[in-house]
Amino acid sequence: MKAALGIAVFALAACLIGLAAGAVSISPGSILAALASPDAPGAAIIRELRLPRVILGFLVGGAVGVTGAALQALVRNPLADPYLLGISGGAGLGAVLAIALGVAGAWSLPLAAFAGGIAAVILVYRLSAVAGRRLDPRVLVLAGVVVSAFTGALISAVLTLSSAEQLRNAFLWLVGSVSGASWETIAAFAAYAAFPLFALFASARALDLLSLGEEPAQSLGLDAVRARRIVYLAASLLTAASVAVCGVVGFVGLVAPHALRGILGPGHRRLLPAVFFASGGFLVLADALARTVVRPIELPVGVVTALVGVPIFSLLLRKSLR
Amino acid sequence: MILEAAGASVRYPGAANEALSDLDLSLAAGDLVAVAGPNGSGKTTLVRALLGLVPLDRGRVSLDGRPVGEWRRGALAQVVALVPQREETPFSWQVEEMVGFGRYARRGALSPMTAEDRAAVERALTRSDVASLRTRRIETLSGGEWQRVRIARALAQEPRLLVLDEPTASLDLGHEMELFELVRRLVDEGLAALVVTHHMNLAARYADRMMLLDAGRVAASGPPSQVMRGELLSRVFRWPVSVMMLEEGAPQIVALRPEGRGRGYS
Repeated sequence: MKAALGIAVFALAACLIGLAAGAVSISPGSILAALASPDAPGAAIIRELRLPRVILGFLVGGAVGVTGAALQALVRNPLADPYLLGISGGAGLGAVLAIALGVAGAWSLPLAAFAGGIAAVILVYRLSAVAGRRLDPRVLVLAGVVVSAFTGALISAVLTLSSAEQLRNAFLWLVGSVSGASWETIAAFAAYAAFPLFALFASARALDLLSLGEEPAQSLGLDAVRARRIVYLAASLLTAASVAVCGVVGFVGLVAPHALRGILGPGHRRLLPAVFFASGGFLVLADALARTVVRPIELPVGVVTALVGVPIFSLLLRKSLR
Repeated sequence: MILEAAGASVRYPGAANEALSDLDLSLAAGDLVAVAGPNGSGKTTLVRALLGLVPLDRGRVSLDGRPVGEWRRGALAQVVALVPQREETPFSWQVEEMVGFGRYARRGALSPMTAEDRAAVERALTRSDVASLRTRRIETLSGGEWQRVRIARALAQEPRLLVLDEPTASLDLGHEMELFELVRRLVDEGLAALVVTHHMNLAARYADRMMLLDAGRVAASGPPSQVMRGELLSRVFRWPVSVMMLEEGAPQIVALRPEGRGRGYS
């Protein structure tokens, strides 16, 4: 109960900071005024720029966090990252190709990234099916690494052949950024993410059992093969959708699940909702930081999540190994 | 009859020989059957076949008269509970949560624990003597405690058949005895149990029947006195053994040292 309250306060505070921080600082009073009325001073900045950005950051952060927590149970390794499974590589390739071919628009770039991500998922899935159609976690991770290496090479090749301007755009996109946020991207992301997110929440108890291994899970009454397939596909869709709108934002899928398992325990019924709100808050805070540290230049949020995430994560890791 | 296997055979994809051939077995409430045999003789394959975790090549295995392959996993878990040989989880579960997983098949994926579920978990914790450990994290348990917790989880399934795959591997003498005593008690209370074990001597003392596997085939099956025969065991384990009788009447085996290499008490 206390933990739930703490997380709610953290998420709310993160959103307020996200609305207040930026090239122009806005006081909490003005934020509330702007949210209440479109005619208040600064209302345009809040309503058209910062609010969509905070909401998109929160939703993407939450989705990536939940995906991370679910995949960690699926591959039975608390260090698994949503980007481990090759999906981000495929999405990156799709986006870079769109940029290089000059067809990257507000709608077409996410679409290209999403298509690339799904293509990578299919490739990983086919590769890991060589061990039978059981989605063996170890094979899954290896297949993900192989596909990542493959898409990485193709991305490098495409970038080498691109112009300087395209190179910069592609680079910014690859490190991850929420700056493209608009009400349309929020609607598109919500449409893609709602169903797979629901599927993961509904799989909470199956994830508990999957973390025990296939044989225990089956003998306890779980159809492990089917459960794994559902979790993997939902996680893939969520990752592809997230990468499509925000690029690759690292460590969001690692920090909150790891930290919250220490507080709430590993049970996914409590863990997943908590991770959603904590990871959402984490990404919004990181984005606020990205917008303000070297004002007026904006850092890509992926840089900040990595810079903040690595030390937090090493601390958590040390603590959990002791 | 809870479990019946007739001519059950398993061949793994790409394997030249069957891992299990023509196995017949039947188990009813109150039966404790021990399965023994050399490494690679098909013991774990037998367990997997009985639980429908590996498809049969020939023959049939049925539970309550229905082929095991036709059971849904959730329904099967309410009749048979397995304590697998090895099990690792990366997460730090509490004993009570771990035992609570035994209720998964009866609760379904979304419904909360009912009073009945909680009572079943409580009974399982008590019967397996781990109630005092309920708030402990599993990584802090000793090997013997962890085995008892896993048995408690199986009991929480409220099964009619309990299958244990080498439950005493890595347990010391006291914990070994404790575990066999526990299983015997559960069987006397009406459960059926199948225990895969390398401890022939304990099996001979606790089991009603023994089954000896050799290269996927049943080399002998029946009451311990029929299976614990020196000439048979020497052949199956490819090592000379001698059989003696305990005062309580159970046959026990001793593996012999090769001729002339004893320490002088032969």
